[in-house]
Parts: sequence; structure tokens; C-alpha cells
Amino acid sequence: MKEARIAKVSGPLVIAGGCLGAKMFDMVRVSEKKLIGEIIELKGEEASIQVYEETAGIGPGEPVYLTGEPLSVELGPGLVSEIYDGIQRPLDVLQGVSGEFIARGVDVPGLNRTKKWHFKALRKPQEQVSAGDIIGEVEETPLIKHKIMVPPGVNGEISDIKEGEFNIQECIARVKGASATHEITMMQRWPVRKPRPIKEKFAPVEPLTTGQRVIDTFFPIAKGGTACIPGPFGAGKTVTMHEIAKWSDAQVIVYVACGERGNECADLLLSFPDLKDPRTGRPLLERTVIVANTSNMPVAAREASIYTGITIAEYFRDMGYSVAVMADSTSRWAEALREMSGRLEEMPGEEGYPAYLSSKIAEFYERAGKVACLGSEGRGGALSIMGAVSPPGGDLSDPVVQATLRVVKVFWGLDDKLANARHFPAINWLLSYSLYHDNLREFLKNNVAEEFIGLRAEAMRLLEEESSLLEIAHLVGIESLSFEDRLVLEVAKSIREDFLHQNAFHEVDTYTSLAKQYRMLKIIMEFYRLSREKIKEGVEFERIIGLPVREKISRLKYIAEADMGHFKEIEEELARSFQA
Amino acid sequence: MLKEYLTVSSVAGPLVVVEKTTEVKYAELAEVRFSDGSLRRGKVLEVSRDKALVQMFEGTIGMDVSTAKVRFLGRTQELGVSPDLVGRVFDGAGRPRDNGPQIIAAKRMDINGNPINPSSRAYPSEFIQTGISTIDGMNPLVRGQKLPLFSAAGLPHARLTAQIARQAKVAGTKEGFAVVFGAMGITFEEADFFMRDFRETGAIERSVLFVNLANDPAIERISTPRLALTCAEYLAFDLDMHVLVILIDMTFYCESLREISAARKEIPGRRGYPGYLYTDLATLYERAGRIKGKAGSITLLPVLTMPEDDKTHPIPDLTGYITEGQIIVSRELHRKGIYPPVDVLPSLSRLKDKGIGRDKTREDHSDVLNQLFACYAKGKEARELAVILGEAALSELDKLYLAFADAFENTFVRQKESEDRSITDTLDIGWELLNSIPHAELKRVREEYLDKYYRKKGQ
Repeated sequence: MKEARIAKVSGPLVIAGGCLGAKMFDMVRVSEKKLIGEIIELKGEEASIQVYEETAGIGPGEPVYLTGEPLSVELGPGLVSEIYDGIQRPLDVLQGVSGEFIARGVDVPGLNRTKKWHFKALRKPQEQVSAGDIIGEVEETPLIKHKIMVPPGVNGEISDIKEGEFNIQECIARVKGASATHEITMMQRWPVRKPRPIKEKFAPVEPLTTGQRVIDTFFPIAKGGTACIPGPFGAGKTVTMHEIAKWSDAQVIVYVACGERGNECADLLLSFPDLKDPRTGRPLLERTVIVANTSNMPVAAREASIYTGITIAEYFRDMGYSVAVMADSTSRWAEALREMSGRLEEMPGEEGYPAYLSSKIAEFYERAGKVACLGSEGRGGALSIMGAVSPPGGDLSDPVVQATLRVVKVFWGLDDKLANARHFPAINWLLSYSLYHDNLREFLKNNVAEEFIGLRAEAMRLLEEESSLLEIAHLVGIESLSFEDRLVLEVAKSIREDFLHQNAFHEVDTYTSLAKQYRMLKIIMEFYRLSREKIKEGVEFERIIGLPVREKISRLKYIAEADMGHFKEIEEELARSFQA
Repeated sequence: MLKEYLTVSSVAGPLVVVEKTTEVKYAELAEVRFSDGSLRRGKVLEVSRDKALVQMFEGTIGMDVSTAKVRFLGRTQELGVSPDLVGRVFDGAGRPRDNGPQIIAAKRMDINGNPINPSSRAYPSEFIQTGISTIDGMNPLVRGQKLPLFSAAGLPHARLTAQIARQAKVAGTKEGFAVVFGAMGITFEEADFFMRDFRETGAIERSVLFVNLANDPAIERISTPRLALTCAEYLAFDLDMHVLVILIDMTFYCESLREISAARKEIPGRRGYPGYLYTDLATLYERAGRIKGKAGSITLLPVLTMPEDDKTHPIPDLTGYITEGQIIVSRELHRKGIYPPVDVLPSLSRLKDKGIGRDKTREDHSDVLNQLFACYAKGKEARELAVILGEAALSELDKLYLAFADAFENTFVRQKESEDRSITDTLDIGWELLNSIPHAELKRVREEYLDKYYRKKGQ
């Protein structure tokens, strides 16, 4: 066989000759430095390779090594709490090898090979198992029981299963199939561009609560749903994503920092070990996997990072967990696609993006869902995806935004004006939407309160009325509005400032449970109901809006979850105020 | 012995094609000897089996196809560094510009650098006091942050930048910063202003300047910020210094990048800028930061002029997506005669939260900052209303906010070019302003700080 050799180098694109027999999306090693790359185009014997590392110093004539395998990730105990680059190299191990700055050609495995895990067997010899069945588990962190599953494609009878301390490469069980005996280890490999198999998909019906009032109450996302959060820079995309990563009630979080800031990754890394999960009291890092390919790291690896993240997430979903993937930002991923497409001299579509942009985006979001997992136990898992989009100039007609909006069900539209007034989260309530309201109705009725949905609709109506009333007020002055309309303005302002506004950096305000959200909204709407009656009775408007209880309402958000008793007192005070 | 090629086949703009090459590597440095004996440098942009595309750093004026001799040096562009760099002035390609001697390199560093491993980064958290209220009070800068100044033609960004460079220190210390100054395409007068300012204040003793003027080759500008940042990395991470890097003006840098992209006939992105502008800018800006276990830091202050004052132009837009906030210089305030004309509402510092508060600035800083933002935003809304309806039609509360906005601009924003306000002074001015607003309106401030500071002074 002819040896593969480099014919041309242009930035991250390398063209190699003599690649007969190579397959699309096979991994290759480029030059003596063994840079990692992937085949993205084949023409006769020539292969176009996108290289995941800096190509300076590489030239024609150097060898290219074909591996014959697609780009894959390693799945097994050791994933949680880890921080990876775009092609699943653990960054702390890289640091040990090459220091504070990332050097090239460093080949480190995704999972620790030597660490011993305690494997607890859950199945016995002679039992029949099929792909996806759980044969045992490892307590990876106090929050995550890592289920060891029979890999896809393997069926048969367990001939042997052990319990004890093993590393991920040691055989823990043997399964005798129809044609061969499979040795099962705790590690699986899976190609990142191929979705992991499932049994069936369902419509999602349970909310993924995030502790963010504007999201949970007004624009909820379901477990297994998709959402996007577009906005100009400085509008708070990343802070919102971090807040969701911190407080959402998913069991596993995969955070993909794709082409974003290095300091933000450092922030996640430094704050997650200290932050406690509000439900379990354990450090958040114990349920988090981070994939970080910052903007100055090689652009091709940025393209891969999204797939690395989602494949890891699917693996945890297969164990029966509810998993949330946060991708920040998908625009940077799309730009990486555009850059490679440009270098391949493909015909550009909109804004220079390749014509296949929207199908790639749709494919990505379609990997979300509430599913029945493989395996005979009848497990269900959920994978939710939330993607940040960074359109140029905040312009929503950007092709990436438009392609994303066509596939996602929830849209959290960030607004520059709100951000400038430091109203955070700067999610514009008139612009945003959630298509999960109907799916979640039953759950909210049964688990929060019967009237919650009604309150929400009423509050939304007030906010919409406010925007049209404000237009009138700007033209004719606020004094010329009727008292009833002015009351609407006052209450809408209260909804905005006392409910929707949420300070991510305040120790209490950063997280609000659904129960507390309901109580807060209820008090605000109760104030509206009582005031409206009084105004109809002819009570002075100034007296009502000057009631001292209103200041208490404005501080409802600072009542700790543990002191929910205070709500009762304030509700009573509210009732008393109006009796007088 | 290096091979010398006489096989230049075409020259177009800054790009040169050399034929029949062997053993040439991507991104390798090339030297071209012109027929008049002068020597210019370039870098390999693309290489195939028998052809190399070279981008010249200093232009191709006077080059001819038949006699130009090209040698490939087998290494990438490097900067020779040593402690002697400090106090010197270089041109945009790293040659001495101050008639001083050549630097004897203690070490040679690739000017493209390597990305900092995200898990080796220390999170920036040390407050830098610039003495400017709009920055310290409202958009605080911390060591290791990258915070650009978005300005536009005719605005005093140079004076503001020089004031920051002069006054910046970590709160509570007298310790100053080493300044690495990278000028791309600015005029002689602007460059002279900085150099004079640095000399007069003695700042030159702890500065390194890389200056590419408007009439220097545009292509050289591609290397200038990389030289400056490489120098900064050496000072910060080898010599443990705290470095403030000023890059002015990024707009010219991006235009040079566009020039090369156009010469290569690449598919243009928005406004003709190349599709990889984001990635390219990120490889510059992301070099700022702090590293665990190292004493030094790089704080980056790029300055750019927004074409037509347009924040959505690709250069400010992509910059804003990479940097940790932005300081916006406003024409409106400048017209009102307010210096420094920083518009605080659209300005932002993303790293402020870990750098302020108890033990760093003052415990009430974060709340005061949020409250001032909210009040000033309301004041500006009231001002707009007053324009439409007349001031008389405003409610009492709106009138208070209107007065607040005026007072805010006149006492908080406005300060002298020589005025170095401490952070305590800045916060006290903030409280004086907030005293004019009723208690019930101050929703962003915690009760305990209201008790401690609200309407307390002067009693």
C-alpha cells in the first residue's frame, strides 16, 4: 500500500495524498508530531483533513498515519468532575504533560487507565442480558452512581461476572453471544458523530426547573426539551447558562464551552467545587462534566467539542439519568464550520456559512429527548439541550439563529435594553416563548398549585397591557390615564422588578424553587386583585400604591427557602392593609 | 546552508508565490532579498508540494519577479526577549526605534504563543483602581481581565487610556503596572502624545513600546500586537511582573487582516472582513490572564474606534464577544463637555463580581453599583419623557430621577484628567447621589447597607 503523505497545508486544513482506503470522518495522525485530525473530504487518493491542533511547522512530504477509526470518545467511570478539551483530552493531564500552555501532539487518553473503581455486580452468571442492560455499578461521586451497561450490539448469557476493585480496562464480565464471547470492561468507545441508540422517544411532560423565575414560571423548558438563548454580547447569555448549570434539577450537567472565554471556564472550575446543589447539598462539580475549547484553542477542535459533549451526555442518559447539555456558544461552532468550509472552497450559503448549516444544527438538537433507554429494565432517561447563540450585533436574522429557532421549542430572547438597565436575566418577556406550556400543564397543576397556570396567564396579560399603556403614557402623559390603567402599570412594574428581576450574585436570590415562585407571584397578583376592588370602590389611588406592605413585596425574593413561613405573615399583612 | 530560491512566479499585494520549493513548512518565516539589496521578511501562508505562498510583513514595493531571492528560515516568527526590553521603543516589526542598541536575547519566543490551558488559569479577582469613577465604581477592572475601550473618531480615548496607564494600581498598594504599549496605524501625533506622557510621568521606565504608525507598512500591523503580547507574556510569567497591555487601534489591525484576506481571494464574511476574524482576534485577546502559581498577570486594554459609532460593526461586535466587557466612550457626553465621557449604561465589566466587595473594595460596592445603574437608567428614561411631554408633565418621582441623572453626570462621571479618585471616594459620591432618592425605591441595596450608609453623611 502506498504511504499517505501531506500534499498541502493551509491553516487547519491539510490535504494528504495516497489515502486510498481511508473512510470519511476517520481519525488520522498528521506528521511526525502526530497531530490529531479527521478526514472531511475524499477525492480519489487525496483526503482533506481538518487538524485539531496548530499546524505551524508542518510541511508537504511528511507522513500521515491512518487509524481507520472514526473520532470517538471514551465512556466510563472518571468522566464526572473532569474538564476536557474539544477532543476529550483532560486538561489537567495536559497541564501535567506540557505545562500552563497547551503544546501540540500530546496524546492522552480521555479516561484514567490506572485508577481503580469499586465495581458492584448487579447481575449473576447464567442470566441473559442484552445491549443496554445494567450489569453493575460504580459509585463515581456521591451524586452519580455510574451504571455499567452491556455495550450496544452485545447480547447473550453472562458466563462470568466479578466484583471488586478494577480499572476501566480490566474485564469485569464475559457475555457468551451466539457467535462469540464478549469481554466486558467498564469502558466503552463511541463515535461522536453518531447518536447512541435508544428504544423509543416520547413527548416530554416534566419541567426542568432552573431556579430562574422568568424561565420556570413564564418560559419553562421540559426535561428532554430544547431551548436556545440568543443575544448580543453583554446581555447575559453566559451568566444565564451558568445559573442553569448550577441550579437546574438535571442529575448530570454537561457544559460545553465552545469558542468562549478562558476566564469563564476558570470561573466554572473554581466555583463548582464550592457551590452546593440545593437538593442534595453536595458540590455541584460532582454531577458536572465540562468540555472547554476556548476561542484561542484550535478552531477544528471547537467544531468537534459540541459532539464530544453531546455523546458524553447521551451515555449518562442511557443510564437512566436526566441530563442537561449547555452549549455556549453554538455560533462559534457554526463559525468553525464556516471556516473549514471556506478552506475547502465549498460554495457558500447565507453569510458565508455552508449550505448544510441548518441540517447540522437540526441534527444536533434532535439528539435531545425523553427516551426509553436500551435494556430490559425499562429505564427512562432525558436529555435536554440548551444552546446559546451569539448573533452578530444581536441581529436575530442571523442564519444560525434562524436555523436554531426552526428546531428548538423554547426561545429565551435576550434584550440589550434590559441589560443596560441591569435588569437580569435580560430575557425579554414579550419576545420569548415556550412551546412546552401544554405539555407541562398537568405536572404543574399536580405538583405546584391548581391556580399557578391561571396566575401566570394573568401576569403575562398585565405585562402585555403595560407595554401598550406605556406607549399611550409616552404620548399623553401618565396623569391622563385612568386609575385602573395606572394600577396595571404599577403592578406590571412590580412583576418586572420584584419577580422577573433576579440577581445571580445574591446568595438567596440566585435560586428560587417553584413553590416559592408560586407564592411570590400569588402575593403580587393578590395585591392587584384587592387594589382593583378598592379603586372601583373609589379609594384614593395614592393611598393604595403607598401602602407599606408594598415594600415587603419588593423584598420577597430575599426570603430564604428555609423561611417560607414569612410568606404567610406577608399574606396576612396584605389582607389587613386592605381591610383598613 | 539554506537554499535560496530564485523562483518567485507572482507578486500580488503583500502575497508572493514561490515555485519549485521543497521542505517548506507551514507558518515558516521567509527572507526575501530584493534587487536593491534590501532584506524583507514574510511568513508562509499556504504550502503545497512544490509551491509556497508567502505573506510579506513589510510590503512588496520595489520587488521584481526575476531577481528576488527567497530563503526559508526553518523557524516561525520570534521575538528575542530579555529584561533589557523594558524602557525601550520598537517599531511594529520589533526593531529598535529609539536609536538604542539591539536587544541581546536571553530567550527567543514564538510570537503566536500557545493557548493558556483553561484549567491552569487563575480567576482574576484583584481589583485595579484606575482612579476613574465610571470604571472603578461602575465597571471595575481586575488584574488579568481584558477590557476594551470602544471609542470613535474625535473622542478623547487617547487621553483616557493614558490616564488609566498612569493611575492604575492594585487597591491599597502603591504598586504600579509595567505597561506594554502596542500601537497599530495611529498617527504620529497620537503616538507622540503617549510617548510624551510616558516620559513626563516617568512611566517609560517601566514600559515597552511597539509603534507602527499610520505611514508604516500596513502588513506589519499583523505582527505588532503579537510582539507586544509575547513581550507581555515574558514580563508577566517569566519575570513575575504585573503587565498592562494597551493595544491601540484594533480597527487598523482588522483592516490589515482584511487586506490580506482580500489579496488571498478568500470568501469574505460581514463587511468584507474574513470569516476567521473572531478566531484571529481571540488568539490575541485570550492571551490576557493569570496563571495559577505565577505571580505576574496580563491585563489587556485594547482600544478601537467604531466606524460610524456603530457598536454592531464586526470589529466592536466580535471584540465584545471575546473580551470581558467593554467601556464605551460616548459622543453625547463628550459634546456636553464631560470628561471622561464614559457611558456607563452600555459599558460592562464581566469580572467585577469577584473583584469587589468586603476586603477588596467595600462591602456595599456591588449593591451601590446596581442601584446607581438602575437609577441612572430611570433618570435617562425620564429625560426622554421630558423631551416629549415637557418637564411639568413628569411625576414627582420622575423629576427626582431626572435630577439624579444630571447630578450623576456632573459629579460622578465628570472628573479632572489629573484626578485620581480612591474607590472609597467614588462610593461616597455614589451614596450622596442616592440620598436624593426615597428609601422605598432603593430595591437593589441590601437593608443592612441602607442602614449603614443611606442619608448618613453630614448628620
